[in-house]
Amino acid sequence: MPHAQRAAAFLADEARTDWHDQSLWHVRSKRDGSIAGIADWEALRQLGSDIKDNVLANLDRYLEEFETRATANGVTVHWAADAKEHNRIVHGILSRAGVGRIVKSKSMLTEECHLNEYLQEKGVEVIDTDLGERIIQLREEPPSHIVMPAIHLKKEEIGELFHRKLGTDAGASDPNYLAEAARQHLREKFLAADAAITGVNFALADTGGVVVCTNEGNADMGVHLAPVQIHCMGIEKVIPRAEHLGVFTRLLARSATGQPVTIYTSHHHRPKRGGEMHVVIVDNGRTRQLGREDFRNSLKCIRCGSCMNTCPIYRRSGGHSYDHTIPGPIGSILSPGLDLQKHGDLAFASTLCGSCSDVCPVKIDIHEQLYKWRQVVSEAGHLENTKRVPLLAAGAALSRGGLYNFMGKAARVALKWAPRAAVYNRFNSWGKSRDLPAVPAESFKEWYARQHDARHG
Amino acid sequence: MHAMDSRSTILAAIRDNKPGPRPLPDLPADPPERDLFVLEAAFRSVLEAGKATFISWEALLELSGSPAFATVASRVPGIEGNLEVDAEGDPLGLAGVDLAILSAPIGVAENGAMWVSEREAGHRILPFITQHLVLVVSRSNLVATMHEAYRRTAVDDTGFGVFIAGPSKTADIEQSLVIGAHGARSLRVCLTE
Repeated sequence: MPHAQRAAAFLADEARTDWHDQSLWHVRSKRDGSIAGIADWEALRQLGSDIKDNVLANLDRYLEEFETRATANGVTVHWAADAKEHNRIVHGILSRAGVGRIVKSKSMLTEECHLNEYLQEKGVEVIDTDLGERIIQLREEPPSHIVMPAIHLKKEEIGELFHRKLGTDAGASDPNYLAEAARQHLREKFLAADAAITGVNFALADTGGVVVCTNEGNADMGVHLAPVQIHCMGIEKVIPRAEHLGVFTRLLARSATGQPVTIYTSHHHRPKRGGEMHVVIVDNGRTRQLGREDFRNSLKCIRCGSCMNTCPIYRRSGGHSYDHTIPGPIGSILSPGLDLQKHGDLAFASTLCGSCSDVCPVKIDIHEQLYKWRQVVSEAGHLENTKRVPLLAAGAALSRGGLYNFMGKAARVALKWAPRAAVYNRFNSWGKSRDLPAVPAESFKEWYARQHDARHG
Repeated sequence: MHAMDSRSTILAAIRDNKPGPRPLPDLPADPPERDLFVLEAAFRSVLEAGKATFISWEALLELSGSPAFATVASRVPGIEGNLEVDAEGDPLGLAGVDLAILSAPIGVAENGAMWVSEREAGHRILPFITQHLVLVVSRSNLVATMHEAYRRTAVDDTGFGVFIAGPSKTADIEQSLVIGAHGARSLRVCLTE
């Protein structure tokens, strides 16, 4: 099913769409407010972008350096070529340690690898501990946003869910009450867990440490209580030196939620007394993306989600409409590289307005990559007929001046006299919520010629 | 040796696919001088906006003996608690801590972040598992930005360290701010000379 159809399902509830749109725009506005106080914000974005460019150019070296330091720190480093191997490695660590219960903090990588399902099938109890993640886990659905996984849900729906699953009062929907219930429920899980799994925001080549950013403190509650800690990271998460965290911690939270910094920025370097610490480094298609000159910049992403919050399409179609772990503009340039047939249409889930590129803290040219993916999709023959046929016709007209002039004139006449149904019908989704402007009597070309004649004639 | 295979495959694929050299940029230099008055004002206002509160040394002395907190763990000289953190072998043994009082060797004016490492915390879990947290920071250890903070902090000096910038919070239910998600329900900051 293409994105447009899933978006249509989301749009069926107009009031809810408006609410979703405004919730995300509110976050975007908070981001604007929080960067206003940083005089060198644009220079900071440039620094972030330049450091990440340097990372991509030296990725092999930085990963090897990271591995050497981490190993010297007593950390076990694992390498996984794909999702399957990642899941096998994690399960191997858990079964060697005899682990039956794990707590997890947010990790888009483990979502990408479908780790939860894999471990549950092997009989491991997996509890997501970020409040938003726990909510969607209880609902058995994927996150709809990478920073705010349950942004698509209303508090009444969460209240009803908690009533059924956690035994909260029927009809209760106060966020303070619900969050307190989750705190009590999850504290039991933290105290009972045998292992904790986290994602990684940054890995430090010079010290061999991993950095995890949260507001709730859930990653730390898991990691410091459970005897086994596992951190899963994509290859692109490594940065050269701890000092560069100054740049990225300043960029990340401001871009994500408009906070000056996440409440907890945790630096893990060595296992706790008597504990084990593992880092799993995962490729899963990233080296292929690195080889695509037009698209490799997508690997600079620090997963702040600001491109989603600002995107007019994401805000009005919801994260689930993208049918990919990472939704929104950044997801739409990452996913076609994984499966062009399945995700190619996401390149068209954009107005190409460029707002995503404007807010991106590491200056990824997201909208330009979306445009380039469209060409790849078209050349591979994956374009839908509703796009392919009109584009072929437009291409023919635009490449021939005479035909273009004639068709312009014909359209002005036709639009004036054609029945409304000729334009606003089920074959033209463009006309669903739009009206054409009044048809002008003459084209710009004709108007210009007339002006020119009047002045010089 | 499947793991070794993937390691070589991944590194080889990176070498084949990576772009040409790109220089590592220089980071912004520290400001020539620090105005502690300005730094303190910024530090206070950003933390207060994030629902942290400030407390004087005298009030902290009183708080640590308050009957409102049954179990108090202090690792700050001059403040008495009633739990020996260092004697506790198992992190689970700290599950009942009501109030933890720790020192932070650095505070960041632009965002209120304070560094707490394993050295200050005794147990990594303590600043998270405690119901309420107090951090004691010396005014002279305030810096302007995260750049300076990282330059002054050896992040791998101990096995674990964290920047803490407020009480634990969440906005995962309809973007409503809730204080006290999984970590400390409140954060008090005590500035000393």
